[in-house]
Amino acid sequence: MVEKSFGRPLKRKEDPALLRGEGRFVDDIHLAGMLHAAFVRSPHAHARIVRVDKRAALAVPGVHAVFVFADLPESVRRQTLPLLMPHPAIKQPFMPYALAKDEVCYAGEPVACVVADSRYLAEDAAQLVEVDYEPLPAVGDCRAAFDKDASPVHAGSESNVAARFPVKVGDTDRAFSGAAHVFREKIYQHRGGAFFIECRGAVASHEAPTGSFTLYAASQGSHRLKRCMLELFDLGDNQVRVITPDVGGGFGPKASFYPEYVDIAAAAMALNRPVKWIEDRRENFLATHQERDQYWDMEIAVDSDAKILGVRGQLIHETGAYVPMGIVLPWITATTVPGPYVIPNYKLDVVSVFTNKIQTTPVRGAGRPEAVVTMERLMDRVARELKLDRAEVRRRNFIRPEQMPYQVGIIFRDGRPVTYDSGDYPACQAAALEASDYEGFKLRQADARAQGRYLGIGVSNTVEATGLGPYESATVRISTNGRIVVYTGATPQGQSHQTTLAQIAADQFGVDIKDVAVVTGDTATVALGIGTFAARTAVNAGSSVHIAATEVAAKAKQIAAGMMECLEDDLELAEGTVRLKSAPDVGKSLREIAVKSIGMLGFSMAGGFPPGLEHTAHFTPEQSVYANGTHVAEVEVDIETGAVSFLRYTAAHDCGRVINPMVVDGQVVGGVAHGVGNALYERMVYDENAQPVSINFGEYLLPLATDVPHVDLVHLETPSPLNPLGLKGAGEGGTIGSIAAIVSAVENALAPFGVTLAEAPVSPQRIVELLGEHALGRTR
Amino acid sequence: MADTRTITVTVNGKAHRREVETRMTLADFLRHELELTGTHVGCEHGVCGACTVLIGGASARACLMLAVQCDGESLTTVEGLSAAEQLNPLQQAFHDNHGLQCGFCTPGMLITLTEFLRDYPAPTETEVREVLSGNLCRCTGYQPIVAAALDAAKRIREGA
Repeated sequence: MVEKSFGRPLKRKEDPALLRGEGRFVDDIHLAGMLHAAFVRSPHAHARIVRVDKRAALAVPGVHAVFVFADLPESVRRQTLPLLMPHPAIKQPFMPYALAKDEVCYAGEPVACVVADSRYLAEDAAQLVEVDYEPLPAVGDCRAAFDKDASPVHAGSESNVAARFPVKVGDTDRAFSGAAHVFREKIYQHRGGAFFIECRGAVASHEAPTGSFTLYAASQGSHRLKRCMLELFDLGDNQVRVITPDVGGGFGPKASFYPEYVDIAAAAMALNRPVKWIEDRRENFLATHQERDQYWDMEIAVDSDAKILGVRGQLIHETGAYVPMGIVLPWITATTVPGPYVIPNYKLDVVSVFTNKIQTTPVRGAGRPEAVVTMERLMDRVARELKLDRAEVRRRNFIRPEQMPYQVGIIFRDGRPVTYDSGDYPACQAAALEASDYEGFKLRQADARAQGRYLGIGVSNTVEATGLGPYESATVRISTNGRIVVYTGATPQGQSHQTTLAQIAADQFGVDIKDVAVVTGDTATVALGIGTFAARTAVNAGSSVHIAATEVAAKAKQIAAGMMECLEDDLELAEGTVRLKSAPDVGKSLREIAVKSIGMLGFSMAGGFPPGLEHTAHFTPEQSVYANGTHVAEVEVDIETGAVSFLRYTAAHDCGRVINPMVVDGQVVGGVAHGVGNALYERMVYDENAQPVSINFGEYLLPLATDVPHVDLVHLETPSPLNPLGLKGAGEGGTIGSIAAIVSAVENALAPFGVTLAEAPVSPQRIVELLGEHALGRTR
Repeated sequence: MADTRTITVTVNGKAHRREVETRMTLADFLRHELELTGTHVGCEHGVCGACTVLIGGASARACLMLAVQCDGESLTTVEGLSAAEQLNPLQQAFHDNHGLQCGFCTPGMLITLTEFLRDYPAPTETEVREVLSGNLCRCTGYQPIVAAALDAAKRIREGA
């Protein structure tokens, strides 16, 4: 018998090719006659385009064309890139054109596309494109942009508010009026980026006879790109195919649609040659979406036992120059604030504001890390003021497992109430505290202090909406040679779909995962698809694969029963064969059944099964499923240099049933490292004119192998009742919980100096600055 | 007309003679002239390490070198680490320890560690983290890469 695959830490099918240098990333694709594109980008954060002179660039030998807005096809000129998630709260739905028309609104916005025989030549010529700009006032700070006297981010607009909406639960003001304690915190979280190691890129090829495109793109969802291309080029469904090959990390921003894809497609059509564009790292800093600039002004009301009575305040969220994802980020943030705590009254005024900076769209965590930092800062404040242990304050406020399913009282973006499906938050924190020897920390801290060393510990709790709908597609097909293939719209960037989705399908046929091929992110294979982001693929694609494979297995048994003239109940499907339970030697192989299933020319199938040994499923979840976690960070802060080092790190997490524990561990540990960057290192700096100044890895610091902790993992498993396999998402929790825990630990280490923190990241410079005179050794 | 030179470079034991532009980087030469696309380009300013190759046995950033600087040199890239269809002990340790997710930084990690484990066959975890600090990974949090390196060192010492 072949052992069940689900739940086992099987080695990945993806690995061998990637380890031998045989991966196929977008820049590895070479098509005959292919040309190369480079972009002329705005050097100004805000300017009017007065004139573009292409002549010098066009004179460079090997240059084929220079495209500006006026050169784009009519259908591309008459519409902006699509706003994929419209919402009535969006008052000013500004979106960019594929090339800037007459105004540029962030430094790096594409103005012209140069196409040449090589990238070297294209870059030479791009420097010779003369653009006359009339600089306009630029706004780089979202608080300043929100001011009613602020210069407009988009010339002529009345305000810089993209959207504003309230979130209300209960009667918050009344709860505050009778509260024993009210504390106020102003919290700032700074913008960072995904900084996948493979930059963005695409290859567009155009077939003149059919007027059709094939676009290869480093994306997180081929079908959404196809939809955008169809709309922009006004083409039929048959005329665009998007293929996502191996992708070198995504973390959110590769799920967006970008102008460069349109421009190289337009170039490929005009020149009738394939065109490649690979983003370089400088462009990546300028023109790939980022996230996390948020300013919070918050109050928490608690009773004398530190039980939360209410939370209220204002969130100013920076959307950057445009709103490609509408209000997705601030809405997720606002609905993530309550987390695992009972908060009977909650009121938030959410304002999404334009600035002359690259757009913000989801980056690993997608608005949730900010919410968790904010809520956990408030919880630490309560503990400090009431002189209680920080974990104890949290324990007193947890939603109890017997309250599940728990209605938070908030309405989610889809109009449905936020309802936690399952989870045991007190148990999760208790497990994390035990694994991290939280109790023993006081002694460790005291011992260290006696030696002049400063240790701190921090705890954070998260509840994360995962498995967002609407659906993901999966087709399971067994061909007439017996080979099993799974096709899905899910589009991985390292999440191991080849392995995990094969594990789900393999079990239905009693085969090894090597006998199940998984094809992802090719719009020619499945009609619909959403993509891989938002910790949604296990739930959506996993459930669809499970349903489709189950249906195919059932169909195989039905067909075999007819072929063998027996009852289905007498049959079992094992080792790729439908056989008699009573006589395993007697059966029909999947190959034989597949041949039968497609019928034979001239023989009617009327009244029988629909043809083909295949099934397509689109699991459509009723709502999100809620994963949870507790992070405990233990750090040492060098008060002379401000350096923070990790002594221990513990993450307890619950993502429901686990398809492959090795893969889940990898997701959580990797997510923590991203959080380390957001907590301590990553700072995207803009000057007063909204000019980005940290545009390389010397200035923008990613965490290194020497910076990240060894993460001790604790697994809890509360199956979700809302999908057939009991799954929840695992891809983002590591990041969502870690920033708050690390900031809390640093603050705890600096407690002897009275330093409090209300921001992330906290750099060494900032720590030294906050220590001020104390850094010289004069403690209070 | 662009300035060109004719160079001879041996890569993974095979000699290649090509006329190249003097300004072409070694990374672009390997990837686009020799079609050895296993060497990846992640930052083009020498920080991320995805393009790391061995030149005369010493690791170097292929994005920071010109192809013409390698005239007469012998190089090893990720494609040269193991025979076709095989994984060497280091690659196998990456596979067994989930040392890669997207796999884009992996070639650079493997090359860096190939040199390191050759010179330091019994490293500590701290030493492994130190040598890996020149290679960026955004997926794994480095922990499984460190585990893979220590596992590989053990396998190599035991004659795997």
